[in-house]
Amino acid sequence: MKYVLMFVDTEQFAADLAAMDNADRERAYARVQQWFADHHDKITHHGHLMPPDTATTLRLDRGEALVTDGPFVEGKEVVSGYAEIEVADLDEALRVAKLWPACPVVEIRPLAS
Amino acid sequence: MTHPSHGELARVVRDHAGQLAASLVHLVGDFAAAEDLVQDAIEAALTHWPVEGIPERPDAWLYTVARRRGLDVLRRESRYREKLTLAAWPAEPAPDDRLRLIFTCCHPALPRTGQVALTLRVVCGLTTGQIAKAFLIPESTVGQRITRAKRKIRDAGIPYRTPAADELGTRLAEVLAVIYLLFNEGYLSSGGTNARSRDLTDDAEFLAALLHHLMPTEPEVAGLLALIRLHRARAAARFDQDSEIIQLQHQDRSLWDHEVIADAGRLIAVAAACKQPGPYQLQAAIVACHAEAGRWEDTDWTQIAVLYEMLLYLAPSPVTRLHRAIALRYVTGPTAALREVEALADDLNGYHLFHATRAELLRDLGHTDQARAADQRALTLTANPTERSLLRQRLNWT
Repeated sequence: MKYVLMFVDTEQFAADLAAMDNADRERAYARVQQWFADHHDKITHHGHLMPPDTATTLRLDRGEALVTDGPFVEGKEVVSGYAEIEVADLDEALRVAKLWPACPVVEIRPLAS
Repeated sequence: MTHPSHGELARVVRDHAGQLAASLVHLVGDFAAAEDLVQDAIEAALTHWPVEGIPERPDAWLYTVARRRGLDVLRRESRYREKLTLAAWPAEPAPDDRLRLIFTCCHPALPRTGQVALTLRVVCGLTTGQIAKAFLIPESTVGQRITRAKRKIRDAGIPYRTPAADELGTRLAEVLAVIYLLFNEGYLSSGGTNARSRDLTDDAEFLAALLHHLMPTEPEVAGLLALIRLHRARAAARFDQDSEIIQLQHQDRSLWDHEVIADAGRLIAVAAACKQPGPYQLQAAIVACHAEAGRWEDTDWTQIAVLYEMLLYLAPSPVTRLHRAIALRYVTGPTAALREVEALADDLNGYHLFHATRAELLRDLGHTDQARAADQRALTLTANPTERSLLRQRLNWT
């Protein structure tokens, strides 16, 4: 089955990352690189999103298309990236996601087949 | 031919439902479809058996019905039909199969309400109607929970499998939590005026015993089984003729089932030898201290306080601190116990037992007016009829 792991950042996580010195930040990035390397046989594609202040939202259900600045939900937890994985079942997806070394929340959704 | 009693019927269905579900999942390869077949077979049994009597081989009877329904429902799917046609009873499922069933029903990706409903239906063979009655909720709500849980199992790819060794601990904790919830639900609602048709404590004991049978070396499973048995062994003394609850110190201990209590004690000892203490083992050990005391005056409160201390270390919670304070009342006295209780005010202000405990301690210390106020407050916080009547009794007497 295919699942999308949505990586969710929290304000605390962003603050912790910002407070790190360069060496620590390098190490944090290296752990993420390692995670991708460890699971490369299961990851079908992945991406890292620019921060939410770069988002533009378009609403198409109000007559004229409405363009607004920012993400469609304003919240303290924002999706910052995703990885699509192909694994046998939810338990295997959970196993992969549990090893994720960065942001503190991961939402796992099956991809509609 | 004798007509089976309500309880007998439920027991026979429960003894076979899980096995049937397990072998059908194995056969059909689809959890939801197999579960539908089991339910059909159980509904048929509940229609036929009260009239025709329980067949000599209830398992074979249920299986034949499920298989026939399966053929009807799945006629268009040649692959299933082939499988069902090939399968002949007895298809003795490995014990592991019911374990898989339990772990699937209690998968942490399902909401607790779905886990509970699914476990009762699939592993214990309850109908949707029976579950609804047991929980005093509409049948449609139960139906919805089952449907959603089954859909999630299919759509989210929840596997039909026992967890791997490295995740067994957390997954087992989830299963034990479901069984414990069932037990509490049954225990708190028993004896009162709104007697429910189904004794959920019996289903909880069945599940714990089954799990212990399938995982005999897991000490926490043994602990939960012992805990449930220790409570049930004393059920006969919990209520008087008017269904009013009798507090532990006033119970007639000759009504307790001392054989069951002794067995549970041995179960705890064997589990303790594994040297992996856990919350259920500790709770069982605490209840055993009460159950093994010949008289209320013989209760080993020091031991109980020590066990609560260990429990607090493993699973810190304000409610456990409250219980430890109750034990301290008999070890260090009401003044120290009250100090402990007062310290929990912020956490437990909305919990009726906090106020009821405070009331008892205040009464010990002669502060009758404050005690009455605390009991009044407790009364506003619980809807449980037996607990309410106990509080009212106390308010009337003092």
